[in-house]
Amino acid sequence: MTRHVIAPVDELPPGTRKFLTIDERPIAVFNIKGEFFGLLNRCPHQGAALCEGPLIGLAQSSDPGEIEYTRLGEIIRCPWHGWEFDIRTGQSYCDPKRFRAKAYPVNVEPGASVVKGPYVAETIAVSVESDYVVVDL
Amino acid sequence: MNMQFRADAKPGSSAGVKTAIADCDIHPARKGPTDLYPYLAKRWHAHLETYGKHPYQGMMEGPPYPKAQPNASRRDAYPPEGGPQGSSLSFMQQQHLDPNNVALGVLCPLNTGQGIRNQDLSAALASAINDWQIAEWTGKDSRLKGSVVVANEDGPAAAAEIRKRAGDKNFVQVLLLSRNVEPLGQRRYWPIYEAAEEAGLPVGVHAFGFGGNPITASGWPSYYIEEMVGHSQCQQTALASIVLEGVCERHPKLKMIMIEAGFGWAPSLSWRLDKSWQRLRSEVPHLKRPPSEYIRDHIFWTTQPMEDPERRDHLFEVIEWVGWDKLLFATDYPHWDYDDPSRVLPAGVSDANREAFYLGNARKIYGLA
Amino acid sequence: MTSPIAGGVDCDLHPAVPHLTSLLPYLNDYWRDQVTTRGMTDLVSQSYPTNSPISSRPDWRPAQGKPGSRLEDMKAQALDRFGVSYGICNPLYGVQMVFSEDMADAFCRALNDWLVKEWLDKEPRLRGSIVIPVQSIEKSVAEIERCAKDRRFVQVLMLVMGDMPLGKRAYWPIYAAAERLGLPIGVHAGSNYHNPPTSVGWGSYHIEDYVAQAQAFQTQLTSLIVEGVFARHPKLKMVMLESGFTWLPSYLWRLHKFWRGIRMETPWVDRAPLEIVRSNIRFSLQPIDAPPDPATLNRLFDHMQSDELLLFSTDYPHWQFDGDAVLPEGMSSDLVRKIMIDNPHATYGRLKQSALEETTQ
Repeated sequence: MTRHVIAPVDELPPGTRKFLTIDERPIAVFNIKGEFFGLLNRCPHQGAALCEGPLIGLAQSSDPGEIEYTRLGEIIRCPWHGWEFDIRTGQSYCDPKRFRAKAYPVNVEPGASVVKGPYVAETIAVSVESDYVVVDL
Repeated sequence: MNMQFRADAKPGSSAGVKTAIADCDIHPARKGPTDLYPYLAKRWHAHLETYGKHPYQGMMEGPPYPKAQPNASRRDAYPPEGGPQGSSLSFMQQQHLDPNNVALGVLCPLNTGQGIRNQDLSAALASAINDWQIAEWTGKDSRLKGSVVVANEDGPAAAAEIRKRAGDKNFVQVLLLSRNVEPLGQRRYWPIYEAAEEAGLPVGVHAFGFGGNPITASGWPSYYIEEMVGHSQCQQTALASIVLEGVCERHPKLKMIMIEAGFGWAPSLSWRLDKSWQRLRSEVPHLKRPPSEYIRDHIFWTTQPMEDPERRDHLFEVIEWVGWDKLLFATDYPHWDYDDPSRVLPAGVSDANREAFYLGNARKIYGLA
Repeated sequence: MTSPIAGGVDCDLHPAVPHLTSLLPYLNDYWRDQVTTRGMTDLVSQSYPTNSPISSRPDWRPAQGKPGSRLEDMKAQALDRFGVSYGICNPLYGVQMVFSEDMADAFCRALNDWLVKEWLDKEPRLRGSIVIPVQSIEKSVAEIERCAKDRRFVQVLMLVMGDMPLGKRAYWPIYAAAERLGLPIGVHAGSNYHNPPTSVGWGSYHIEDYVAQAQAFQTQLTSLIVEGVFARHPKLKMVMLESGFTWLPSYLWRLHKFWRGIRMETPWVDRAPLEIVRSNIRFSLQPIDAPPDPATLNRLFDHMQSDELLLFSTDYPHWQFDGDAVLPEGMSSDLVRKIMIDNPHATYGRLKQSALEETTQ
């Protein structure tokens, strides 16, 4: 696994997402209420750009007519067929056994260990003012 | 937290298809309500602004069963220059026609003048939509062909519009909807079939529309999913009506295409029609042959939404029963239940069947072989 | 030809009410006088015109009177002929067509009492379905509770084409009562004609109405599944009667495909539709809408991915097959046993219970 620097943390405030390609793989990184998540931008169903979909909550029900709506903003709906995927784990909510979007672990690294500038993966010591978002790929 | 999101305008992520295909169900959209004004008599401009369209359902705007996605379309299909999905030819070319190598794209405009209670307005809008298709679409991209949209509840007016467009190479079919005031085989629609057969145009029956009837034989269901799944049942019933009323018997050259309601239901319906006809044929003496023979000789199906069984070999068996020569590939671009051409047909299909499925059948039926 | 085996259960028999006057002894004074003073004649639904070929096989049509109106005929032509141990009566008298809930209730009660007196009391193999006045949920529940005391009632009967889709919550007290009393709901082909008898309006022909029954079963199944009837009532079984079944696999593929994308609209549907059908829905055998070759039907059985779905039926006296060819050709003896005996008994828990008469008071 190689770590790739994505962007300074303040370029990716809560509620935003960033698209990029690493090693020809399309990826998106999300900031959900201060937590960072990465997903392969390809829906396991028919290959749509999954990460362009809207973020909603999770609708569950223990009884018809009653809806428990939780985890607002943590479920992404594929822009094509609307399949729901858990941003955290890639877990789909339609066919749990068969489909899971590929989730990429995303960490926030403290700024001191990576360089500011042209998003290079290697660590080069340099002074930094803000935290960077780094991806393991 | 449900904002429309678009990154920079990139094409969809389908793995581009090398062989040329036909897409027999594309939905071009208007950018706004005034797009048709250049093609509509002035009196209708004020009329529409004052009274709206007056359809066979209650809402002035939007559908009574809210869709699964805005405009029932893919969220990544918003053109970068603005406007709803499907309203930009250049973006359609960039996102769909070019990368998917669409050699023949059949336009099926929806939300037009069909299913409207004011029949004069319906006829005017139909004619305007047809002019609009030529001016904005088929006249600009020769891969695209239009459908003759008609005032679907007014047989004579619809026939007149078909005759007006007959011979115009911009059009390859007549377009009807599947839910009408009466089942499609009823005699109020007969002038449409007569004119279409005369003009050598197949008639496409597209899922949707409202004719004022509850959308099941047991009243109105609650949910959008019921409406979506229910298009299969409405299409089956419309087809049964067409066959049992003798439309195929009276119009031996007429071809009809069932659009966007799937095709997996066709074998069972054929068998049921035949079985019932064996018992009840004295009620319908105008039918000279078993219903399944009419279906085999006259009816085609677009593939989208493609049936998706757990076992793919089951799908192939159903296709064998329907016939590889009866299916017309379609994506339904830009709608959300879009079928991606590179994903939809699994491995194991012969080259001949693949070619027929993706292009050959369409070229034949639309007279472009 | 595949021979039936003895000891089966015929899950769809149609005893006919000879005439509305046959119900007069079971109506109270007011309703009896309403019928006679207002000149009401008969309640025969257009779904089954008496002389339609579908309504009776030619060799089952009596010289006089309605097909299926004589117990001796049913015994000889169906019960004895196919060697069944039990036969379930589903009366198709058109009581559901009237609009007044009080009138419908009076007729339903009379019909259920008539069934007991004229059929169940006279033939120990027979069981009954409770016909309910769906115009009133309250009265329907009351009638279910009244009739269920007689253990020979094994099912509640509803029509596939009614006033509302069957999954609608307004109907749920009926399902709750049925589940509580161990009664499946039988949904039978036919319309009460309170809505156009197809999903696209009124057709012209009887054959059209009949073919459309299959589509009605499809939309009703969707309604029952997505409204969450089986989430609320997981033990409830529903039997689709005279529905056909060869449409089932492709129908389920479509429902499943859309459900995956619009799950959030009905989040209480927590199992795949296919699983729900396998656990809660059954289909009577006749009619078999398939070509006669065994190969195609065996492929369809494979598409259905379950051998527990079908329940043996003759649909007597309707004309669905000729001679003794009630079972499709080329069926394995295992499948014959499942369809004729195991599946019906697994569905109708009351069948094996004491057949001793009990009063319905």
